[in-house]
Amino acid sequence: MKKKGFQIVWLGLILAFLYLPIIILAVYSFSNATMIGSLRGFSLHNYVTLFTTPELTQMIVGTLLIALIVAVISTILGTTGAIGAYYSKNSMRRGIELAGQIPVVNSDVVTGFSVCVLLIAFFHIDKDTYIPLLVGQTVLCTPFVYLSVLPRLKQMDPNLYEAALDLGCSPRQALSRVVLRELLPGIASGFMTAITLSLDDYFITTYTKPAMFNTISTYVVNATKGARTEIKTALWALSTVIFVVVIVAVILMNVGKQKEEE
Amino acid sequence: MFRRNKLCLPYVAFLILFVVLPLLVVLYYAFTNGQGQFTMRNFTDFFTNGRTIGTLFYSFVIALITTVCCLLLAYPTAYILARGGFTRSGVWMILLVTPMWINFTLRITAVKEVLSLLQGNLAFHPLFNTILCMVYDFLPFMILPIYNVITKLDDALPEAAADLGAKKIQVFWKVMIPMSMPGIISGVTMVFLPAMTNYVVLDMIYNSTYIMGSLIGSYFSTYDWNNGSMISMILLLIIFGITWITDRLTGEDASDRKGGLAA
Repeated sequence: MKKKGFQIVWLGLILAFLYLPIIILAVYSFSNATMIGSLRGFSLHNYVTLFTTPELTQMIVGTLLIALIVAVISTILGTTGAIGAYYSKNSMRRGIELAGQIPVVNSDVVTGFSVCVLLIAFFHIDKDTYIPLLVGQTVLCTPFVYLSVLPRLKQMDPNLYEAALDLGCSPRQALSRVVLRELLPGIASGFMTAITLSLDDYFITTYTKPAMFNTISTYVVNATKGARTEIKTALWALSTVIFVVVIVAVILMNVGKQKEEE
Repeated sequence: MFRRNKLCLPYVAFLILFVVLPLLVVLYYAFTNGQGQFTMRNFTDFFTNGRTIGTLFYSFVIALITTVCCLLLAYPTAYILARGGFTRSGVWMILLVTPMWINFTLRITAVKEVLSLLQGNLAFHPLFNTILCMVYDFLPFMILPIYNVITKLDDALPEAAADLGAKKIQVFWKVMIPMSMPGIISGVTMVFLPAMTNYVVLDMIYNSTYIMGSLIGSYFSTYDWNNGSMISMILLLIIFGITWITDRLTGEDASDRKGGLAA
């Protein structure tokens, strides 16, 4: 039984390594402390700063908005792309998959830089239009949507589509009412992946964003170099909020999955 | 008439315009100078400039140490979870990969604060701190693919090895490790390649960057598209080379690995 004890201690240590920094930061986000380690009284002022400073709220709303737009475009492109490629000739499909692999395998730095070179240096598109930013993040996210829709297409009973046609659907209706419904779980997970990729992205964003616009990632990186303590500690509050949201989302998703399985 | 396969046309156009074309433009810039004339200068500059070669070497070393540390921590973790007889290993696994969903810049901020508290001044242990933050960032990406491979392993083989007289340690080294190789290779590419180019971790803790990716960043901020493109090309070749080799070794596509991770 000694072995089991060692195993639990090991897992506990790994979990502590992964979670303790975030949790310590969360604890100190509820105080007046400007550094962790100096214990002061309970305070919500970091949360007040986080939600009342226009610079911060605009940055958060902007990040979420970009993620949402990018995820919607990527989901539409990736889903139609997967359906079309699945029913295309093999050579076409292989071409699509090869090109789609590039952003997945490539380093984000190179992806971001190449989109930036094309749109900004070559086509002279103004960064302030947000077009380079949206395009850059969509390049990153779309192949992942494609990859999460494709397995559902392969699992689907090919007769479903034919049956819908026999029962009087037009090809368009058969796709939207039968095929799309079958693909829904894959589309949903692709959409979620796109959201998280966009929220987490730093490299593509720095190369393509408008000068005055920041997402959470670029803002945090700049803030760690700045000397504004009230911003620094407000970001602890942001980290805590995101931590709680992620935990709740993970719990909800797994409860949903378990119900589905039952 | 409406045809199903025509649905992929927008995606095809998108891939050609924004994935393939940018790489061609980067190739063009890499081999031209500011006036658009063909030149090999950017190429020779890269290999004769001490700074760029030094950076390439340094990021290679950092990525290597990070990968080895991740592997040493991740393999036992994945092994224990997959074969330790835990009834709820799925829940443990979710706990281990959940940090991937939290913005990495905020996670690094958290580690930085803790390290500052413990060490007073981060300047004393630069290499240790860099590696620690990198490992912290990438560890879940190593655990997940190894775990996925070990859970699917056939129990019969290690049992057969034991029946045929192999000691426990022999079963582990001669059966388990070779059988989990595909997971290890997946994990290594998922950590090594990003670690080589992720200069933000260093940037955040030291305001200084000697990682490969940062060179692109420095040319980007001075609008030097030609040299930046050359470095992008070289990184691209390294990345695709490593990916090609690992695809051959594991018999799967890189997109299968990352796709599985995303879902």
